[in-house]
Amino acid sequence: MTTSTIVLGRRGATRDGGVRTRRTRSDIKIALLFIAPALIGLILFYFVPTIRGLYLSFTEYSVLDDPTWVGTANYERLAQDPLFWNALGVTVQYVVINIVLQTAIALGLALLMQHVARSTAVRGMLLMPYLMANVIAALLWFWMLDYQLGIVNNIIEWLGLPRVAFFGSAEWAIPTQALINTWRHMGYTALLLFAGLQAIPGTVYEAAKLDGANPFQTFGRITLPLLRPVIALVLVLTVTGSFQVFDTVAVTTQGGPVNASRVIQYYIFQKAFTQLEFGYASALAMILFIILAIVAFVQMKLLRGNESDLA
Amino acid sequence: MTTTTTIVTQGRRIRRRVTWGAVFGWICLGIAIAISILPFYWVLRTSLSMNSALAANSSSLLPVEFNLGAFARVFGLQSTEEALAQGGSGAEINFWQYLLNSTIFATLTTAGAVFFSSMAAYAFARLRWKHRDLVFGLFLATVLVPPIFTALPNFLLIKNLGLLGTMFGMILPYIFMTPFAIFFMRQFFLNMSREVEEAAMIDGASQWRIFMQVVLPNAAAPLATLALLTFMGQWNEYFWPLLVSDESTRVLTVGLGTFKSQSPQGAPDWSGLMAATLVSAVPVLILFAVFGKRIVNSIGFSGLK
Repeated sequence: MTTSTIVLGRRGATRDGGVRTRRTRSDIKIALLFIAPALIGLILFYFVPTIRGLYLSFTEYSVLDDPTWVGTANYERLAQDPLFWNALGVTVQYVVINIVLQTAIALGLALLMQHVARSTAVRGMLLMPYLMANVIAALLWFWMLDYQLGIVNNIIEWLGLPRVAFFGSAEWAIPTQALINTWRHMGYTALLLFAGLQAIPGTVYEAAKLDGANPFQTFGRITLPLLRPVIALVLVLTVTGSFQVFDTVAVTTQGGPVNASRVIQYYIFQKAFTQLEFGYASALAMILFIILAIVAFVQMKLLRGNESDLA
Repeated sequence: MTTTTTIVTQGRRIRRRVTWGAVFGWICLGIAIAISILPFYWVLRTSLSMNSALAANSSSLLPVEFNLGAFARVFGLQSTEEALAQGGSGAEINFWQYLLNSTIFATLTTAGAVFFSSMAAYAFARLRWKHRDLVFGLFLATVLVPPIFTALPNFLLIKNLGLLGTMFGMILPYIFMTPFAIFFMRQFFLNMSREVEEAAMIDGASQWRIFMQVVLPNAAAPLATLALLTFMGQWNEYFWPLLVSDESTRVLTVGLGTFKSQSPQGAPDWSGLMAATLVSAVPVLILFAVFGKRIVNSIGFSGLK
């Protein structure tokens, strides 16, 4: 068998189709050719910048002249930078509102998709906002939530309540951004959860029904536990995505009023591109990187997201 | 006996759903759909209104003084005096240029990323070589790096290459691959039947010819889905073009942002802004109208497996 492979080369190996013969064959040269473009992209725009970003975070660099090594000075500085801590606090507030609202609404919608309307049209309509650019979602709500002319404030006044400065007041700036994001993502998240619901075999529910479980028991004891891997994935996506909020803030409040909505990515952007402090901005980005890695790791561990109870 | 009980309970459950659960469920769904869809109507209503008359009729459900002036302003078909009279800002916005730039940017990056990623995915799914799974893991690991972290050094690289403000510099980081595209196509290739490839191999076709003439045509459906998702993502991209584009290469998302901040001190040109927003969304809306089902059905797959 092995001998014939050597004699006949690749063609022979394929002809007898044996698993062992195929395993001895190596396509390394062709494979390199196939992955060459992707590999260039990976090295040039992911690996090199990751290392360069790490290096820059230990330098002072204004782009105009060469970076100078300053050791851990940037990290010591950010530990005492009130604007950094403010940015972190504001971002966490945004993330928390998003997790709670988005996951709760999406779970409700997913159950409705499962039990009330399974039509693609319904799912399509709920997915619409997600297909819009963040910039479009931001501008659309910037207009609808306008203090003077916005329809939402007109409705609020009609209900006999005082108008709300959604973008202009410090206490509303971040919740408003989070609401816009929830609006854009709720249908998408619901579809992810819906796909997870459909993967739960019907036999489990039939068994529960025979045992006389009511709908609440079924949801708490069967649906939620079996949906756990999907919920874990959705939470990781929501949290890592929300930590990197930028577009809506850049288009609407630009960090204001004062510092109320200066989220961490907007702060990094300002440091790098308006104040030309690339070294300090890189250190801030490094912290964001570390936070995201820890959050993703902890969430997957706590929710044991990579293993299913169905297996 | 057991069978009978099942049927009875099922019958009861269905009847109860129609009366209570379904009504309540449809109300909730209706609210969610309304919240998702109605803002788009409001954009349309505003864009068809006369901007100078909006303030006095801010709650009118129909367009106020119906006219197409806002769209004319967006496409630069209105004189400055006319624009000012209708409540426009009079500032110029090169909408056609932005539209063209967005189209070039999204098309080229999609074509490149989908094709090169498919090549790599084929090598990861079908070819046998040492450290294959390790290298694949490296590609996947890049999703953990937040884009802002690589964006700063990438900006410096593009700047050092003298490509700031050029379309080439803007598409370069996206054109070689996306980790998602590699993952998506690999998943498909793994499940594809080997028979046709093996027949071609016996005929003496090279790996490259097999890939181009047998594998890719067979993968038309997932390639279309992937291209669709990639295109929409690139069309909506904001951060990277904001960093590297200048006036001549500015894309729609960035242009919209500046359009908003260009409004002079007085009342903003809401009609114009909403018309521009609507036009920017049109390509994605058309894709969704044509391929809606494909997009909706791809969501579970893309997120989960």
